[in-house]
Amino acid sequence: MATLQDTPHDATAEDGVRRRDFINVAAISFAGVGAVAVAVPLLTQMAPSADVLALASIDVDISKIQPGQAIKASWRKQPVFIRNLMPKEIAAANAVPLSELRDPQTLAERTKPGHSNWLITMGVCTHLGCIPLGTGEGENRGPFGGYFCPCHGSAYDTAARIRKGPAPKNLQVPQYEFTSPTVVKIG
Amino acid sequence: MSFGWAQEYQPKSGFMRWIDQRMPLPRLVYGAVGGGYPVPRNLNYFWNFGILSGLMLTVQIVTGIVLAMHYYATADGAFDSVEHIMRDVNAGWLLRYSHANGASFFFVAVYIHIFRGLYFGSYKAPRELVWMLGLVIYLLMMATAFMGYVLPWGQMSYWGAQVITGFFSAFPVVGEPLRIFLLGGYAPDQAALNRFFSLHYLLPFVIAGVVILHIWSLHIPGSGNPTGVDVKTEKDTLPFHPFYTAKDGFGVGVFLILYMGVTFFWPDYLGHADNYIPANPLATPAHIVPEWYFWPFYAILRSFTVDFILAAKLWGVLAMFSSILLLFFLPWLDTSPVRSGNYRPVFKRFFWLLVADVFVLGYVGGAEISPVNIALGQFASAYYFAHFLIILPLISKLERPLPLPNSISESVLHGEAEESAPYGLATSGPVTAE
Amino acid sequence: MVRIIGFLVGLAFSGVLLLSLLINGVGAIKEPAEKTAEKAGFLLEPKPLHLASDGPFGKFDRQQLQRGFQIYKEVCSACHSLKLVAFRDLRQLGYTEAEVKAIANQWQTEVPSINPDTGEPATRKAIPSDHFPSPYANETAARAANSNALPPDLSLMTKAREGGAPYVHSLLTGFQPQPAALLKQFPDAKTPPGLYYNPYFANLNIHMPPPLVSDGQVSFADGTKPTVDQMAKDVAAFLVWTAEPKLEARHATGITVLLFLLVATVLAYLSYKNIWAEAKRVVAPKGPLDPENRARRATAMSEAGIEGGPKPDGA
Repeated sequence: MATLQDTPHDATAEDGVRRRDFINVAAISFAGVGAVAVAVPLLTQMAPSADVLALASIDVDISKIQPGQAIKASWRKQPVFIRNLMPKEIAAANAVPLSELRDPQTLAERTKPGHSNWLITMGVCTHLGCIPLGTGEGENRGPFGGYFCPCHGSAYDTAARIRKGPAPKNLQVPQYEFTSPTVVKIG
Repeated sequence: MSFGWAQEYQPKSGFMRWIDQRMPLPRLVYGAVGGGYPVPRNLNYFWNFGILSGLMLTVQIVTGIVLAMHYYATADGAFDSVEHIMRDVNAGWLLRYSHANGASFFFVAVYIHIFRGLYFGSYKAPRELVWMLGLVIYLLMMATAFMGYVLPWGQMSYWGAQVITGFFSAFPVVGEPLRIFLLGGYAPDQAALNRFFSLHYLLPFVIAGVVILHIWSLHIPGSGNPTGVDVKTEKDTLPFHPFYTAKDGFGVGVFLILYMGVTFFWPDYLGHADNYIPANPLATPAHIVPEWYFWPFYAILRSFTVDFILAAKLWGVLAMFSSILLLFFLPWLDTSPVRSGNYRPVFKRFFWLLVADVFVLGYVGGAEISPVNIALGQFASAYYFAHFLIILPLISKLERPLPLPNSISESVLHGEAEESAPYGLATSGPVTAE
Repeated sequence: MVRIIGFLVGLAFSGVLLLSLLINGVGAIKEPAEKTAEKAGFLLEPKPLHLASDGPFGKFDRQQLQRGFQIYKEVCSACHSLKLVAFRDLRQLGYTEAEVKAIANQWQTEVPSINPDTGEPATRKAIPSDHFPSPYANETAARAANSNALPPDLSLMTKAREGGAPYVHSLLTGFQPQPAALLKQFPDAKTPPGLYYNPYFANLNIHMPPPLVSDGQVSFADGTKPTVDQMAKDVAAFLVWTAEPKLEARHATGITVLLFLLVATVLAYLSYKNIWAEAKRVVAPKGPLDPENRARRATAMSEAGIEGGPKPDGA
């Protein structure tokens, strides 16, 4: 310990002093370890609690969504867009060459095999987190017929890929699976 | 610092020098709790409890801030939010148990600290202000603890709030309107709960502020010591750091073992089962009691059962407030020039009688009402007031104190360090002097 | 002045207290307090009960908790809610995710919800993230169905009663006919119709009919013999878990923390001893630097009229 340096000590006590210093250092180290251990519960309490984690997956019934319609479901307190694509929307999406895309992905990569008409994406604009328009009847779907974010004008196409505006990425596809032809489990 | 030999702050690095020249905070800390604060060399373990109280205040503030991140101050949601903390929040049970038991251990430390002061005459000149600021801290603690106990909104929370705000209705004319004003309603409800939460969050920071004043006013005359003799020379003192930081470190360890032992293995022992029942304004628990640290005062309150000039309820409330307020006048009630109880044979006997009396009051305050308990409480309360207001002033006039040592170092040399602990309850550190 | 006022105040408080003491004492002798059946020894302390979760090393017996849950499900849940516990929590009892899902899905009471088409109140099947639905829609309904007695929520029962788990066990096994001795001593204390005598209940007469009436009322999958006593024990153990699901974590963390603190405190003690061993050398300057010698020299020099001597510090 620094404060003991002032202490004059005779040379014969050298060994004893080292041993004593060791005890002081050990005591202070233990105090330090204790302080770090105390910080653990104080910090982990901020992580999502068990009830929040329990809501991390939801089942959505999609049987009532007609082709051309979309709904917003709530997953982890965030909107998920579930759209039943019309054949012409699928065709429009497939007609776009990948080279024109900012974040190149095909529609097939963004849907599940056998359910290619179901486009399920997060309803969170990849620019700054606003919710794009386009799920409700008569809402502005933007120049590319998909979704349109009113905050800063990002426009998404019928496969919810970014085409214009400041957003860097396509609307994110969450993890999901079809548990039956009419029920999707998200998360 | 008043002692000429106090070590001056020497910055150890260029960085600290740079800071110190612009804002002498390192210098302040060094002079307050570092090598720059000379402390009498004969302090015993009872002098650990100031630091321990400070530690518990810190624990309460830190765990409290974290718990407030999960607590809802609503009459409908408060109880469930506490259980949510206990069940679903990560480490929530640990934080909540630490906070609930932390309050108890804060009071344990503070009560020992206060009785230390009573025995060793720490309230006497020139430390009257230290004592009075300490009492202000104690009053703020009581208010904070009471409001904190209301927050879980269990049966005891609710009925505690009802009963304690009921004190105010004892005052004639203004009493009832005052109670309704304090509660923001006719009974404890949303308004009361919300304001209690707000104040429960605020007051600990006020306490922290008064603690700084308490320490500041202590550092002008310097710490007292078990002989009560003033520090005369450098031989009488040791620098706070490393000597008393080391001693306090050990004290903190022992105290934490007790605190954590209760928190982990008897977490509900100091609480009350009824507070795990959600508040119900239509049903009173069979046996309403406050937390243990209020029991002596609750006993005084309940001891007044006869209307004599004033209503019994008003007598009880006045006596309960007076029992704390009279401590502010202690420096002028005890006029003996000798500080330490070690050199006051008569005072010493009455001091231990007071300790026993407070334990009796504590027992009565927590026990169910019965004729025997009421009689016991009345007798013990009468002694409490008689002790401070009648006996103590008389002792200071009549008692012949024992001869004091010439200096602290002399007392240490003569092995009086052993004697300096009250009735050998503790010994001071291994002070060796030739 | 302070002392005179203090003396008078002290006299007033002590005087009034002693006066109260006197008046009460006379009153108590004149008319002794009436005794009640509870106070006369008919209220019993809970029987001792030992559970795996007791003590600082206690852990839950998961088989027992599952049996206790089965009793809650088949017996208690008809009247008692368990609001603070969620189906997902049953994972801690050793049920798999699929089992929990099935338990939630088949729970006898459904969860209140809203009909998505009409907005009218409706119910739906429970899912694991739901808390146990209450058997009654609200307190009024619960009281109406139970001759105005509210069946308490059981989530915290073992913490909300002074006697804890032993109390639950004793209460469930304590139903019995009213003792003749009690009626002889207190003829007015006959158990009212619709109530049941139970010597472990605070006022001896409880609204709850005996819930566990015969051995074999439930059948346990693990082959444990379902006697009334066994069922009462199992449900008490289950309610210890519902009241404090984090008990095991608390015990385990506690042991670690205490061991750590023990070592740290021993080190702190050694460090303290070791630093204080230096006390003498650090603060006792010898020779001309000794403050006492300096003070003496200063006094001598000033007496002799010599300027510039060391200033006596301290004293």
